Amino acid sequence: MAATILHGVGATTALSSINYNNSRRSLPERKRTSLVIQCDGSLSSGLNISNNRGAKLSTNAVAQTKQENVTASTTSKPGLRHELLLFEALREGLEEEMERDPHVCVMGEDVGHYGGSYKVTKGLADKYGDLRVLDTPIAENSFTGMGIGAAMTGLRPIVEGMNMGFLLLAFNQISNNCGMLHYTSGGQFKIPIVIRGPGGVGRQLGAEHSQRLESYFQSIPGIQMVACSTPYNAKGLMKAAIRSDNPVILFEHVLLYNLKERIPDEEYVLSLEEAEMVRPGKHVTVLTYSRMRYHVMQAAKTLVNKGYDPEVIDIRSLKPFDLHTIGNSVKKTHHVLIVEECMRTGGIGASLTASINEHFHDYLDAPIVCLSSQDVPTPYAGALEEWTVVQPAQIVAAVEQLCQ
Amino acid sequence: MALYLSKSGKFLPHFITKMSSLGMINLSSLGSCLSQNPPLLTEDGRTSYAAPGNDPTHFVCRRFGSVKADKLASISTNADSQLLNFPGGVVKFTPELKFLSDAPEERIHCYRVLDESGHLLTSDFVEIDKDIAVRMYKEMVMLQTVDTIFYEAQRQGRISFYVTAMGEEAINIASAAALSMDDFVFPQYREAGVLLWRGFGLQDLANQCFGNIGDNCKGRQMPAHYGSKKHNYFTVASTVATQIPHAVGAAYSLKMEGRDACTITYFGDGGTSTGDFHAAMNFAAVLEAPVILFCRNNGWAISTPVSDQFRSDGIVVRGQAYGIRGIRVDGNDALAVFSAVHTARKMAISESRPVLIEALTYRAGHHSTSDDSSKYRPIEEIEWWRAAQDPVGRFRKWLEMQGWWSCESDTELRGWARQEVLNAIQVAEKAEKPGLREIFTDVYDVPPSNLRDQEKSLRQTVQRHQRDYPHFQF
Repeated sequence: MAATILHGVGATTALSSINYNNSRRSLPERKRTSLVIQCDGSLSSGLNISNNRGAKLSTNAVAQTKQENVTASTTSKPGLRHELLLFEALREGLEEEMERDPHVCVMGEDVGHYGGSYKVTKGLADKYGDLRVLDTPIAENSFTGMGIGAAMTGLRPIVEGMNMGFLLLAFNQISNNCGMLHYTSGGQFKIPIVIRGPGGVGRQLGAEHSQRLESYFQSIPGIQMVACSTPYNAKGLMKAAIRSDNPVILFEHVLLYNLKERIPDEEYVLSLEEAEMVRPGKHVTVLTYSRMRYHVMQAAKTLVNKGYDPEVIDIRSLKPFDLHTIGNSVKKTHHVLIVEECMRTGGIGASLTASINEHFHDYLDAPIVCLSSQDVPTPYAGALEEWTVVQPAQIVAAVEQLCQ
Repeated sequence: MALYLSKSGKFLPHFITKMSSLGMINLSSLGSCLSQNPPLLTEDGRTSYAAPGNDPTHFVCRRFGSVKADKLASISTNADSQLLNFPGGVVKFTPELKFLSDAPEERIHCYRVLDESGHLLTSDFVEIDKDIAVRMYKEMVMLQTVDTIFYEAQRQGRISFYVTAMGEEAINIASAAALSMDDFVFPQYREAGVLLWRGFGLQDLANQCFGNIGDNCKGRQMPAHYGSKKHNYFTVASTVATQIPHAVGAAYSLKMEGRDACTITYFGDGGTSTGDFHAAMNFAAVLEAPVILFCRNNGWAISTPVSDQFRSDGIVVRGQAYGIRGIRVDGNDALAVFSAVHTARKMAISESRPVLIEALTYRAGHHSTSDDSSKYRPIEEIEWWRAAQDPVGRFRKWLEMQGWWSCESDTELRGWARQEVLNAIQVAEKAEKPGLREIFTDVYDVPPSNLRDQEKSLRQTVQRHQRDYPHFQF
């Protein structure tokens, strides 16, 4: 497959006047030729392949993070890399897309001059103006509705929930309108909106700020959901979500914004429907996403010392599941452990368990084990909160039990 | 802590405005200088205090050391009233413990051009030429005909549901006529007339109500939930008032692109109680979005009369609460509605601002075919409105007085309209329904694997049990 140059070098001149007052390398200094990453023939589910305007998608790209010393084996040509934090990677992806397409805009509470509650949109209002990076009054249902209206008329808005939990106020718009209008209009109106924000259980933020919205949204037809977990996949998923013509909900985690990683300088876009192979193995398939990936990898170290060989997959795509990657893994290991932050009832793990049982029952040597948070509101007290989140020790014990 | 300024001259407010517009002072910093800084004696050592029990309008002048004495001196000595620059702007103080009234003495007046017998009451309206006026009338009659026949069709069991716009024909057609095709329409569900005006055909309406293969919504929505991208008419959703924030978002998009167009959104009196209405009004004002917010206040939200819906003087008064210009019009007067929308559109686009229009009218029909409104309101009331305030009749009278219409033309028109609508229904009724595959398309841009699996599974089921799926079409 031929490589396609997406941006000419001429694009640098337009950006050269931008001033960044931080020391890391800024957008205009990097080479603007982008690399196409070859795609192997195994991509089956085809939600968005045609929409990437020539950029082929990277499959099974493995991210290298500071925490785990997993060998990175991206299929990209070895090239220049730069180091940044996850929130900066999100911003970089967002900025590249805003630069590329004038229809991309951002709206949310305090996203403008304040730069967003986790600084994902910092500097963008100065660069693109108050209208394109819009500060909204406090009315989630309504600014999400606004985003839907803007999307139906040709813009590509990114709606930021200051905390994903606040999007519960936007449930009506997300379920009844965002997910539905493309369908009920007979395909006439599309809604290329991205809804994103920080969620998950953080550090003692209290129950209302520790919601796992992926659990509540997963049933809504018409939307896609992805969860990022590393700077590399955060940027790639952000770009893919923006380019998608479907409404996409991008889940970020409050505790992961300061993860550091070296990511490629060249442009890349990841697939929204693919899972990420974090650590190949053969004894057990451990499926996880977002912050729990790190607890799993911590447990993996212990497990390796004890002689186990876990295969760790970050599912990334929460709706739809990448049953291709997951299935291949199950066929290999015959044991499945799901580690999630959702509550036991009705979470992503519950759905994934049902899905795997349905599709790969014959390949399982043992019932699927799912480790989730309990069905309780997240308590504030530090120790209590810690016990509601799945910890590495539990993961180790579960694998040991599973692989007996 | 009270702030006192000497009341000599009217200089202060004018001075502040002038200075701030020259960019010389920052109003907020001036305010903070005037507010909480501890009083210090300045060079000339002057402080004075109000004598107790004296004339309450004798104010104290304090000098603050944090501001250059000469600058503040010229401000304070010329101030005439108490005021403070709070966040949000300068506000005058009052010594009166007085609450704003909950209701004005008189309700906001309603703009009307034609009286019930079709006579012009004013020359302050936007003139319409004969072609447009006659076309407006024809479309109002067509809307009435469509509503009557489709309602009957539902009663006959041929379609499952319908909503009429009885009594609101002027709102539908006159507002549509005052807009351009580039303006985006975000309807509630009682605005089929707007779509008719824009060129959506009778057959298209019928196809949607019957949910057949000709339906551009592919059988996905309830009857009367029309949508047409070609006509810039956004698909009706059953949820109340969700279209209002959509309209604001679309206006935002128009503003970003600098287009010579606005959006209009329609909603009822009931819809104004929702959270979405409130926030969308607020957003529209803050964003300065070119949107016309058109409230069809027809007195009833299913069985809830407006007295149970809100206690404000209708909707128009709320405009000011959000910083939005508003007007109240007679919704049964086509010329008034036309003038209001025409003017509002100009304002919205040229000044990039939202405009609120409250059209007072009466819901002459039932809420929908699932409702029998005689259960909660007197039949005499319904009959009176239908007869005395019929918008179509009133407009016709005016047309006839202009010499632009006649009785014969009317009979002819109504006969023709009826026939056209009946034909459309007959054709729509006989047409095929959408195939099974339309259950799964358009959920996403391309069906993902889980949906493809589900479609396959459904087909297998249907094929295996053909007798249980007699209507099935592949």
